[in-house]
Amino acid sequence: MAENGHGHGDNAEYYSLRAAAMQALLIEKGVCTLDDIMTMADKIDSRSPEDGAKILAHAWADPEYKKRLLANAEAAFLELGYDLPETSPKITVVENTDEVHNMAVCTLCSCFPRAIIGRPPAWYKELAYRSKVVADPRGVLQEFGTELDEGVQVRVIDSSADYRYLILPKRPAGTEGMSEEQLAKLITQESMIGVGLALAPESIPTS
Amino acid sequence: MAGDATARFKVGDQVRIRVGVPPTHFRTPEYIQGKQGMIDTLWGAFPNPESLAYGGDGLPAQPLYQVAFAQTDLWRDYKGPATDTLLIDIYENWLENI
Repeated sequence: MAENGHGHGDNAEYYSLRAAAMQALLIEKGVCTLDDIMTMADKIDSRSPEDGAKILAHAWADPEYKKRLLANAEAAFLELGYDLPETSPKITVVENTDEVHNMAVCTLCSCFPRAIIGRPPAWYKELAYRSKVVADPRGVLQEFGTELDEGVQVRVIDSSADYRYLILPKRPAGTEGMSEEQLAKLITQESMIGVGLALAPESIPTS
Repeated sequence: MAGDATARFKVGDQVRIRVGVPPTHFRTPEYIQGKQGMIDTLWGAFPNPESLAYGGDGLPAQPLYQVAFAQTDLWRDYKGPATDTLLIDIYENWLENI
């Protein structure tokens, strides 16, 4: 396990020193160049939860697109102009429904669909979330103030290998007739990780 | 993702996750080791991270599976219905027949 024997907790100074040392070594040993590192960081920073929300709102609005997105996410991302860098892990989309509520985690580190929605929130990388969500996902939902309907199955997805999971939240009731742009505002970062639901339509100002 | 044909397991097979803490980089968390689950998806073959982490070529590639577990099989005092599940991606060298 990544945390074994380190015990530095949230020591930001320690981690930034370690990152700088690793970066210097990677460059010195010719594994990659400073330019490679900057390019990759820029690519990740160019994506944000808004990009994911735009894609997923399109899936809500267009059932045929949704089918393609669930069958082959990367091809469907491309349709909307979102390409993944060559070095990106595979990304797949899973749908939350009336029957199943999916939640994503990486218990080993911080695997996340960065190529589409950017960097994960800080809590996603913390041991507290990573260890609790696999053993007590319903307790985590409670902490996030997320209430599921009776009878909904909770499914935790641990992204421990080559796939990253982007969650398509359930489309809330009362959103018929909303534009894709309005729908996208309901799709939060938390709802794409599965610790939350999409926002209710009342929560955003109508224009 | 070549190599599907050589996969030892198919969707629906019952498997057990191998127990071990090899002195290398491995991606099978300890909470899942020794547990029994069912193959849910075959993702294809991917370079072995246990070789990649040390500058190796990751070959032979390992078939990668998504394995499903009942939460109540993982945690004795699981607080939730018996229908709750956990899915995790595991490389074939960590899977055992039951």
